[in-house]
Amino acid sequence: MVLNSIEKLLEKYDNGETTIKEEQQLKAYFAQDEVAPHLESYKTMFQYFNTTKQEDLYTKDVPLKTKKSYIYQWISVAALLVLSLGIFTTQFGEDKKTFDDLTVEQQTAYNQAVEVFDLVGSKFEQGESNMAAIGLMSNKLSLGAEKFEHVTEFSKATNKIFKSKKKKQN
Amino acid sequence: MTQTDFTKLVLPFKDKVFRLAKRLLVSREEAEDATQEILMKLWRNKQKISEYKNVEAFSMTMTKNFCLDRLKSKQAQNLKIVHSNYEEKNTSLEKQVEARDSVDWVSKIIEELPEQQKIILQLRDIEEYDFDEIAKVVDMNPTAIRVALSRARKTIREKLTNTHRYGIK
Repeated sequence: MVLNSIEKLLEKYDNGETTIKEEQQLKAYFAQDEVAPHLESYKTMFQYFNTTKQEDLYTKDVPLKTKKSYIYQWISVAALLVLSLGIFTTQFGEDKKTFDDLTVEQQTAYNQAVEVFDLVGSKFEQGESNMAAIGLMSNKLSLGAEKFEHVTEFSKATNKIFKSKKKKQN
Repeated sequence: MTQTDFTKLVLPFKDKVFRLAKRLLVSREEAEDATQEILMKLWRNKQKISEYKNVEAFSMTMTKNFCLDRLKSKQAQNLKIVHSNYEEKNTSLEKQVEARDSVDWVSKIIEELPEQQKIILQLRDIEEYDFDEIAKVVDMNPTAIRVALSRARKTIREKLTNTHRYGIK
C-alpha cells in the first residue's frame, strides 16, 4: 500500500473518522515487520490491539446449574399426607363399629373369647369356695388353741401345788 | 434453553466480555470473576434472553455497569494508589522496559485513560464494534463517541511517542 494513503487514513483514524474496514487496512499494514520509522508509535498501538484480541481469552468454565425441580419432593410430602390421613380415618372408623358390623368370623372369635373368659371366671369362683372351707378349718383351729390354753392354766395350778409340797418337805 | 444452547449463544462474545472487564478492572482474577458473574446472570435470566434484540450488546452493557460499580465500591473501600504526579527520570529503565515489551506500554497508557474512553477504545479498536453498537453499550450519541475515541487515540500516541523519544535518546 502506498505510504501516502496510509498517512491519510491515520489522520482520519486519529480523528475517529475511519470505518471498521479502513481500520482493518491499517491493522494489516502495521502487522508487517517493516514500517516507516515515523509511524513506529502507530505500529506499537496496532500490534497491541491485535495481540490482546488474540491472547486475552476467557478460558474458565462457568458453573451453570440447572434449576432443580422440587416436584418430586412435593409428591413425597403429598404421599405422606395421604398415608397418614388414611391411617387416621381407618382407626377412628373401627372405634365406631358395633357388634353387628363385624363379620361372622369376627363374631365367632368374639364369642369364643367370651366363653373362655366365662370358663376362667367359673373356675375362679370354685377356687373361692375352696378357700371358704380352708377359712372354716382355720376357725376351728383357733377354737382348739383356746381350749389348749385352759389346759396350760390347769398345769400351772398343779405346778404351784407341787412347789408348796417340796417346800414343806425341806 | 439447554446448557449447550446457552454455551453456543455465549461463546462468540464471552472473550469480549472478559477483555472489557479486564480493561476496566485491570486484574485478571477480578476480570474472571466479573465475567463469571455476567454469564451467571445471563443464565439465570435465560427465559428472557429471546426478548433481547442484541444479546451481545446487552451483555457488554451489563459488563460495563458491573465493572464500574465494582470500581466505585473498591474506591470507597480502599485507598487508590495512582502515580499521577510521578515522573520517571531514569531513562535507561524506561529504555529497558520499552525494549523488553513496548507493546505492554500501550496497556499501561490505556489504564490511565478515563473510564469512558477506555470502554470506547476497547470496543472499537480491539473488538471492532461499529458506532451504533458502541452507542448502545455506553449510551452516548455517535458524535460524542467519535470525539472520545479520537481523544483516547491521540493520548495514547502522544505518550507512546514520548517514550519512543526517550528510547532513542
